[in-house]
Parts: sequence; C-alpha cells; structure tokens
Amino acid sequence: MNDTELLAVLIETLQSIAPEVEGSELRQDRPLRQQVDLDSMDWLNFLIGLSERLKVSIPEADYRRLVTLADLVAYLQGRMTC
Amino acid sequence: MFEFKLPSLGADMDEGKLLEWHVKPGDKVKKGQVVAVVDTSKAAVDVEIWQDGTVFELLVEPGTRLPVGSVMATLLEDGESAPARKPVTLQGARKGEARRKAPPPEVAAEAVGVRQAAELAPPGRPRVSPAARKRADELGRDIARIAGSGPGGVVTLADVERAVVVPTAAAAAATPAAAATRQAEMRRTIAAAMSRSKREIPHYYLFETIPLARASEWLAGVNADRPITERILMAALLLKAVAITLKGFPALNGFYRNERFEPADAVHAGVAISLRGGGLVAPALHDVDSKTLPVLMHELSDLVRRTRAGSLRSSEMSDPTITVTNLGEQGVEAVMGVIYPPQVALVGFGRVASRPVVDEVSGELRVLPAVTASLAADHRVSDGHRGALFLGALRELLQHPEDF
Repeated sequence: MNDTELLAVLIETLQSIAPEVEGSELRQDRPLRQQVDLDSMDWLNFLIGLSERLKVSIPEADYRRLVTLADLVAYLQGRMTC
Repeated sequence: MFEFKLPSLGADMDEGKLLEWHVKPGDKVKKGQVVAVVDTSKAAVDVEIWQDGTVFELLVEPGTRLPVGSVMATLLEDGESAPARKPVTLQGARKGEARRKAPPPEVAAEAVGVRQAAELAPPGRPRVSPAARKRADELGRDIARIAGSGPGGVVTLADVERAVVVPTAAAAAATPAAAATRQAEMRRTIAAAMSRSKREIPHYYLFETIPLARASEWLAGVNADRPITERILMAALLLKAVAITLKGFPALNGFYRNERFEPADAVHAGVAISLRGGGLVAPALHDVDSKTLPVLMHELSDLVRRTRAGSLRSSEMSDPTITVTNLGEQGVEAVMGVIYPPQVALVGFGRVASRPVVDEVSGELRVLPAVTASLAADHRVSDGHRGALFLGALRELLQHPEDF
C-alpha cells in the first residue's frame, strides 16, 4: 500500500468517527487533534479502527508519536512491513 | 392491575412522544424490560417497565405526544386474572383517559386526529392523516412511497414512523431541517435545566490539583498487556475514583426534592457526553463504585456510542445521582460546573497535562502529569469543608490506583 492509499484509509476511518471531516481540508503536518475535535474515546476508536483495517498492532506506548497525519502514515507503513 | 406511566427522563423533560411499543396486550414483561421507545428532545429513549406483569391494554398510539405522568398502558400483576370486560379499543380507551386525566387539548387532538383522519378520508382525497403528512415532511420522506396500514390503506403517523428505518433521534435528524429542529429543541431543554439550576441551587466551587504520575504509570502497565480493544482510558479510572470516594460523602450523592435532601444508596454517575454538532447529554453509568475497571470501560464506551447514536434507556436518563464531566485530553485546565437538578453535585476534570509539582517527600520540584479536579456542590445540602475533604480523599485515592 502506498502513502496515498494509506492516507485514504486514514481519512475514511476518521470519517467513520467524525463524519464532518473533509479530507482535503486537513493539513498533514499539523497536529490532527487540533484540526478535528476528537476526545480520548474518539481517538481510541480511531486507532482501533486503523489497527483492525490494516491488521497492525499499535502499542499504547507509541501513541505519543502519533500526532500528525504524516506521523501516522510513516508509523503505520513501518508497522505493516515488519 | 397497575398503570404504566410516562416517566420523567430527566429534570428538563415535561413531555415525550411515543415512537413505538415493544409489547402488545397479553405479553408477559419483566422488571427492567424495554416496553416502549419515547422521543425526548435529546434522544429516542428505550423506556423500561419497573414491575413484572402482563400487558392488558395499550392506551396510547405511536406518534402521540404526551405529558410526563400520562398513563400509557395498564398491566395485570402476576397471578391477577384479566377483568371480565373486553379490553376497549385504543380510541375508546383514549377517550376514557381524556375524561379521567384531562391531558392538554392539543395532546388529545393529535392522538385522535390520526384515527379520525384515517376513518374519514373520502375516496379520491390523499389517503394520509395530517399528522402523518407533517411528520413525513419533518423527516423528508415522500408520503406517496409509504405503505398505509389504516382503513382503506390510509397512511397513518405510525406508518410514517415505521418507514424510518431505525426510529432513533439520529435517524430523525437525517435531514438538515430535522437536525436543525432537534438542535433547537435540545438547546431549549438544556436552557431550561441550567436556568433552573442557577435559579434554585446555591452552588459553591472548589478546586484541587491532583498528581497523576502513579495513576498514569499504573494504567500504562495495565494497558501494555491488553489488546487495543480492551485498553482502559484515564477517564474510566477517574470515574471509578469519584464513585469510590463518594461512598464516604453521602451529602454529595443524591437528590434535592421537595425542600429536602434524599441521599442515594447507589452511585449512578451521569457522564457528560458532548454530541457532534453541539448539545450535551449526561446519562448514567450504574453502580460505578462496585464495577471492575474493564467492565466500567466497556460500559462507558458503549454509553458514549449509544448516546451519540441517540439510543438510551430510560433508567440511564432518569437516575444519575451525581454528574461527572471530563473535558478530556484536548480540553482546558479546569471546569466550574453547573449542577444538573435535582442532583446536588458535579465533579469536573480538566486536561491531564505535565505540571510542575513539588514532591512532598523529597521537596524537589518535578514535572509530572496532573489534573485539576473541581467540585460544584449544593450549599443547601453540604458545606465547603465537607467538599474540601471529598477532593482531598479523591486526591489520596488516585495515588493508590492498585487499590481500585
């Protein structure tokens, strides 16, 4: 899966939690949770959704590295290949 | 014989609309079973029965708007046999009801209107009741596409409601116009409850910064061994800590009604849940103090999901004994809450963030995760001294999360 496809999966998963999100309006280099109103339960459900769709595990210790969409893409690419 | 009345599903509710029955005459029901779905301005609520019995008569048709306290059905107690008389029809029952209870005229008018329109619709006229047409417009439904079940195939209000795939608040808000109406209604009900609170309840407010280094470490250890679907959020830990601490402070847990305080035995924490697009609901998590953290987390997750989908149970709406609001990871430092009447306290948490904290043992300044907890309480029932002891006990408990 290339970065563009992965980003599309991220946006789709995000929209299942926050339907008002417009993918084209999100800045990939800015903290995601400053752009989308996600509480801790939404954030957990977002990560659960990603781990189920991409068949990767996301240890809680890694959460702090996942701030921007770009962070998520880079991190998940690494998890999918290992 | 006993009566099933429309319960008050929160201090801000004075009427509701029956969306559907889940039972029919002759059905046996158990205490706690969902027997009807009632629409309030906040959600479509599954209304539970509070006594075992057998349904005798349903007195209200789906689509009817009725005031809190209206008799909706009669039931036979276990072992009681049906009276000799034949159960009257819905309409007859409703007329009798109108004489006995005299509901507001518009309620009776709307309820009877459906049936009358259905019976009187002459051939060639649109076969649809006015109430059904109005509802279909609200829902953005094409009335011509809805099959009628009334006499002569007339489309009734019930048919329109049934045509909506899932009769929940979320579904009812499917069109922009309906969503805007619901928004306005929710704003009004929140305004009513909060105005009453500020008018009647003499609030006092206390704040305490609670170090969460131990709790965070402990939780990280617990979650490290759990799959992502079973991880526990700090929000669940804070809820449980509040509930356990409350057991020692009965003056903060219960209801102020009829000029006196009624302490509650159980701790049912109303969890303030914000809705996407605005608005707020605070349904109850039951017996929070006695549940394990994994169970509590599961129930919290389920409650948030159902609240946002607009599907709650009547007991969740009506019986929180205290409210807990958590402004969450993205929130602000502290909240000064407005008590939800007839409750007598609200506990609030701000954002968990790294703060400079002086280590009480070593005297060193360290940077540690901490949260500002606040208490808004009813001064008619408790005083600042008790409230301060509560926040102090909460702080101490959260230094020993392994004891939960």
